[in-house]
Amino acid sequence: MRHIISVLLENEPGALSRVVGLFSQRNFNIESLTVAPTNDETLSRLTVTTEGDDRVVEQITKQLNKLIDVVKVVDLTEGEHIERELMMIKFKASGAFRAEVKRTADIFRGQIIDITPNTYTVQLVGSSSKLDAFIDSLGSTSIMEVVRSGVSGIARGEKVLSL
Amino acid sequence: MELLSGAEMVVRALRDEGVKYIYGYPGGALLHVYDAIFQQEEVEHVLVRHEQAATHMADAYARATGKAGVALVTSGPGATNAVTGIATAYMDSIPMVVITGQVPSHLIGEDAFQETDMIGISRPVVKHNFSVRHAEDIPEIIRKAFHIAETGRPGPVVVDIPKDMTNPTDRFPYVFPKQVKLRSYNPVTKGHSGQIKKAFDLLMSAKRPVIYAGGGVIMGDASEELTELAQALNYPVTNTLMGLGGYPGTDRQFVGMLGMHGSYEANMVMHHSDLILAIGARFDDRVTNGVDKFCPTAKIVHIDVDPASISKTIRADVPIVGPAKAVLEEMLQLLKASKKTPDEEATKAWWAQIDEWRQRHGGHFRTDDSEKMKPQQVIEMLSKVTGGDAYVCSDVGQHQMFAAQYYKFNKPNRWINSGGLGTMGFGLPAAMGVKMNFPDADVACVTGEGSIQMNIQELSTCNQYDIPVKIICLNNGSLGMVRQWQDMNYESRHSQSYMESLPDFMKLVESYGHVGIKVDKYSDLEAAMVKAFAMKDRLVFMDITVDPHEHVYPMQVPRGSMRDMWLSKTERT
Repeated sequence: MRHIISVLLENEPGALSRVVGLFSQRNFNIESLTVAPTNDETLSRLTVTTEGDDRVVEQITKQLNKLIDVVKVVDLTEGEHIERELMMIKFKASGAFRAEVKRTADIFRGQIIDITPNTYTVQLVGSSSKLDAFIDSLGSTSIMEVVRSGVSGIARGEKVLSL
Repeated sequence: MELLSGAEMVVRALRDEGVKYIYGYPGGALLHVYDAIFQQEEVEHVLVRHEQAATHMADAYARATGKAGVALVTSGPGATNAVTGIATAYMDSIPMVVITGQVPSHLIGEDAFQETDMIGISRPVVKHNFSVRHAEDIPEIIRKAFHIAETGRPGPVVVDIPKDMTNPTDRFPYVFPKQVKLRSYNPVTKGHSGQIKKAFDLLMSAKRPVIYAGGGVIMGDASEELTELAQALNYPVTNTLMGLGGYPGTDRQFVGMLGMHGSYEANMVMHHSDLILAIGARFDDRVTNGVDKFCPTAKIVHIDVDPASISKTIRADVPIVGPAKAVLEEMLQLLKASKKTPDEEATKAWWAQIDEWRQRHGGHFRTDDSEKMKPQQVIEMLSKVTGGDAYVCSDVGQHQMFAAQYYKFNKPNRWINSGGLGTMGFGLPAAMGVKMNFPDADVACVTGEGSIQMNIQELSTCNQYDIPVKIICLNNGSLGMVRQWQDMNYESRHSQSYMESLPDFMKLVESYGHVGIKVDKYSDLEAAMVKAFAMKDRLVFMDITVDPHEHVYPMQVPRGSMRDMWLSKTERT
């Protein structure tokens, strides 16, 4: 099962490499990884999506917690949560397909953020599966480039991940 | 306030940590630190001949005392040579602080002379590592390093210090912090009382219980509590390789080591148990054999200070996160306050069964197909001559397993071996580290002619510092454990397991200023060994010729259950 694990990390040099190293060292898989500082400049927030059964995910969270630079860990998929990913996707767009891209982007509430006579670049925000669906609906033949940010997540309601 | 250079702060902070010996080897990046060492007398430096030995000495000191040992190595090759020792300590959860020199800050990343990314290289084999960025942080970083190394599940910590941080002309006020706080590091100090109660109830209702205790009992200083609890309950106890000595080896309730080369009765007890009380043990693959067939009828209570060790390979029914000592103390209190007692009838029947298993083999698994001296006999003799009270520091291989099986450890911290990583070359430096700190104790290095040659240069260090350890070399002229596997699984094709061109160990040790004794016949063994241990102030190397065809038994059948064992070359359970 897919899990979204959120980590509060000391904003220290080398802290990220400890997390990434842990995943490769222990044969855990990383599907996506995002990391950036938070409003507290001493902390970074890291989100990793991973596939694994309960035993593996339990090990991942326990092993993450053991890292000295890791302040807190939560598996967002255990509760109600929101996930978002940003994608920028560049299409070869000419003739009738130009309108098709525009229409589909509108349906998915994407925005066209760059235009040339032969290309469209669409920005889309949503869950990973929504981004996948957008790609599928336009087919892969005209795609020139895909950039995805990786997943960020946050718990719904009052629950927060903080010190 | 006193102003100190970074180099002086390193040495002063170690002194303030109570460090007596630093084991190390100098080099360019550490010259300022070595100059500071030269100018004081409170912390003594021990110069090894190879950095790996420095780490093993520090590690063995920690294994014998529970306190972090300290190694000091220079940048580049000094640091990489230390990696094996760091990994050895990491795998066995041994507290250690390794200070590594680094090229000056402005050269980092430029492929400077003797530069290596020690933070990166050591990351997978340390509990934590620090890179010093401001010289004035050195005392606090060293305090943090010891705090992290020694608390919770212990482990090695590396402190990497660029040369410019130790510059003698840059001086800072020295303050040694008594305490440090790390907001992200709060190891548990006691177990969850509800869980302990649940475990206690299971213990009281068990019919075929077993206590399975590991290195966490040794490092967690919980041997007394374990012994008291086990004896109050009259339940059988088995120790892991790392846990030997945690429960008295000569006690009736001790059924021996368990696992791949565990005793017949220990593995049978485990397999047939209905309750396993695991304490400071991690269900290692050398213990469990095939995990899908592991102890099918047992409920499992697992006490460990590291939550990640619980349910990692074997699912625990009652997990208890906490230090062994505190949790066992709480269990003892429950036992004293409770009206419940163990089921005496069931325990009696269980012991009758265990005694039957015991009698089947009586603990002896040597094969008697030759007249040659058996390695097991040598270990039994060592146990006899030292009264079971020596520090036994082992290398890795058959001799290690024989020592674990046949030396009866009655006290914790006496059995010093590389269990997790299985590092050949560990034994001699380990024995040295112990002997320097316990000069009046008998310290033996049990080794083979293969392992001893991996750090034999340390005979020179022993000469320089007068470290009179006794080296018990079981010489079978081959890499015995490799050979055993080749015999059992590769139709005796002994690929590269024969030690050709062995040195004349007698001449070799004499050239280092030590005493050599060669023993070829069992009838000479006792007198020779007594003589060796009587030479209190001399290092004695006993080169003992043993049967090269001997195998270690019992040996679990790969991927089988705990009870699936080879008991001899021809007999299987």
